[in-house]
Amino acid sequence: MRAPDDSLKTRIGDVLLAVEDVSLAFGGVKAINGVSFDIRQGEIRAIIGPNGAGKTSMLNVINGFYHPQQGRITFKGKTRSRMRPHEAASGGIARTFQNVALFRGMSALDNIMAGRTLKMNVNFFWQMFRRGPAMREEIEHRRFVEEIIDFLKIQDIRRTPVGRLPYGLQKRVELGRALAMEPELLLLDEPMAGMNLEEKEDMSRYILDVNEYYGTTIALIEHDMGVVMDLSDRVVVLDHGEKIADGTPDEVKRNQAVIDAYLGVAH
Amino acid sequence: MLYREAGQFKTNYVDDQAVFPIRQDRIGIAVILAVAFVGIPLFGSDFFISAVMVPLLVFSLAAIGLNILTGYTGLLSLGTGGFMGVGAFACYKLTTIFPDVNIIIWILVSGFFSCGIGILFGLPSLRIKGFYLAVATLSAQFFLDWAFVRIPWLVNNNTSGAIEVPSRYLFGMPITGPMAQPEVRYLVVLSIVALLTLIASNLVHGRIGRSWMAVRDMDLAAELIGIRLYRTKLLAFAVSSYYCGVAGALMVFLWYGSAEPAVFGIDQSFFILFMVIIGGLGSLVGSFFGAALIYGMPIILKAIVGLVGLQISPATVEHLTFMAVGGLIILFLIIEPAGLARLWQVGKQKLRVWPFPY
Ligand SMILES: Nc1ncnc2c1ncn2[C@@H]1O[C@H](COP(=O)(O)OP(=O)(O)OP(=O)(O)O)[C@@H](O)[C@H]1O
Ligand SMILES: [Mg+2]
Repeated sequence: MRAPDDSLKTRIGDVLLAVEDVSLAFGGVKAINGVSFDIRQGEIRAIIGPNGAGKTSMLNVINGFYHPQQGRITFKGKTRSRMRPHEAASGGIARTFQNVALFRGMSALDNIMAGRTLKMNVNFFWQMFRRGPAMREEIEHRRFVEEIIDFLKIQDIRRTPVGRLPYGLQKRVELGRALAMEPELLLLDEPMAGMNLEEKEDMSRYILDVNEYYGTTIALIEHDMGVVMDLSDRVVVLDHGEKIADGTPDEVKRNQAVIDAYLGVAH
Repeated sequence: MLYREAGQFKTNYVDDQAVFPIRQDRIGIAVILAVAFVGIPLFGSDFFISAVMVPLLVFSLAAIGLNILTGYTGLLSLGTGGFMGVGAFACYKLTTIFPDVNIIIWILVSGFFSCGIGILFGLPSLRIKGFYLAVATLSAQFFLDWAFVRIPWLVNNNTSGAIEVPSRYLFGMPITGPMAQPEVRYLVVLSIVALLTLIASNLVHGRIGRSWMAVRDMDLAAELIGIRLYRTKLLAFAVSSYYCGVAGALMVFLWYGSAEPAVFGIDQSFFILFMVIIGGLGSLVGSFFGAALIYGMPIILKAIVGLVGLQISPATVEHLTFMAVGGLIILFLIIEPAGLARLWQVGKQKLRVWPFPY
């Protein structure tokens, strides 16, 4: 599905985010152990590994939910020992969750509008009257959000409270909310889990389109190997909190450590 | 007229982002406002106006205040009575210290005092959630209760320990105190409640309301899209207690006429909480429904008892109401946690597709 190698060089730029020697433990459980890797501008980077490998924890470190005990995170040239959630958000990192974290009581439209919060700044006074600048801002962002709604083909569920939507659509709305942030780096935690083939194909299409048209860098956790091989430029493989491989999909596929990890060979 | 949006196509987002996109809703609001501002003062009896309408509006305002905090932002508060008290006492102090400033201004300003107290007691909300936060607001309630009784300065050292509402005028007309006519008091209350309801509606339909609800539904995800949890929660505390404070000031100045500190006790907090639960968490119109049901039920029960000619003592009627309210709350929590507001929505939806079942 991915274009041949020459276009890859023009599409992919410098390192956008790098984690170095990151370790994270919960009490005695080591979730991540001395992992380093980087994500380059414009690429689709897959993070794979068996259950409990530390993939979700890694995303949580990147957007500041978890504080690693050790290591450094460099994002857009600035190095720190931990990220803060707000810093990540305003720096342009958006995220979807393994088990959908939508605002259940709100409509699909309001969920996606909420993704625009950081871009909205009309003050409390105007908000009280919902006129002038407040209304102009609301309309301007509504227009942007409608583009996302069209893109994801969820026009007919705009007004539905998301709690009542089927799982596949919830995942789509959650992607919409992340896109509303116009992120530079989009972290997707198993965006296709629990979907049927058709839904998976749709979701793959959206991910490729986002990457292609908006140039958004994407880090993707996914268990479906077919999807990973099709979508990603480079793959990092975690197992028991350690990095066991890093490279192009083909390299990783042939890597003996990876084959062992997936076949469950004892360590 | 049929309740339907058919044929009402939105050609731009300005109309579609309106609070009431359906024309029939807008007509409905206009009719309600006309009845409230013109019909009731002209045709309502004094009893109806001062013993039914004024309290109903006051409670609705307090319920909106609590709903902003609990229904929209998901922060349970048991301090509503205390916050109302702060508004009432602040208003009393202000109008006795500066009697020449119009009382309506002081009523609106007194809300800022409870706003400040609300922010103060909301400070722990970053660290603690749910049950523990509720306990923190409960301690606010008890502290304020204590302060209202123990600080005689608050009531200008009255021997009664109660707020005695002085007469205050607007354009030479008494609007507070014993000489104020029910219609006049009602119109003042109605205007303030209508204005504040409009503002609340504007807030909850925009960025601020979305942030509140996002924090309520999934605070981690909210933080991740750049919503500052602390600020958002404190703003909810601030706005919520402002509304409760104004409701408290209205209650004493335009309804009771005088009030002892006991009025602002924990009972009041629960009373308002019940209104919010029954009316619908996270619904402004539900706040009115809840206030009407909880405040109206004893009145209706008494009327029924009177009509039927039963020999039941007033105390028994009161007990009956307590039981009915308790039963209703359990019923709502089990069957329709979204309250009367949700039933209203469902009813409107049915009407929209009528006569077809879907
Ligand atoms: N908040 C937490 N508290 C305690 N332990 C945790 C926490 N989060 C993760 N862990 C542990 O860290 C390890 C890695 O978990 P993580 O969720 O990152 O795995 P994963 O690779 O995303 O797995 P899956 O494919 O099942 O989603 C697991 O052993 C898990 O139990
Ligand atoms: Mg995971």
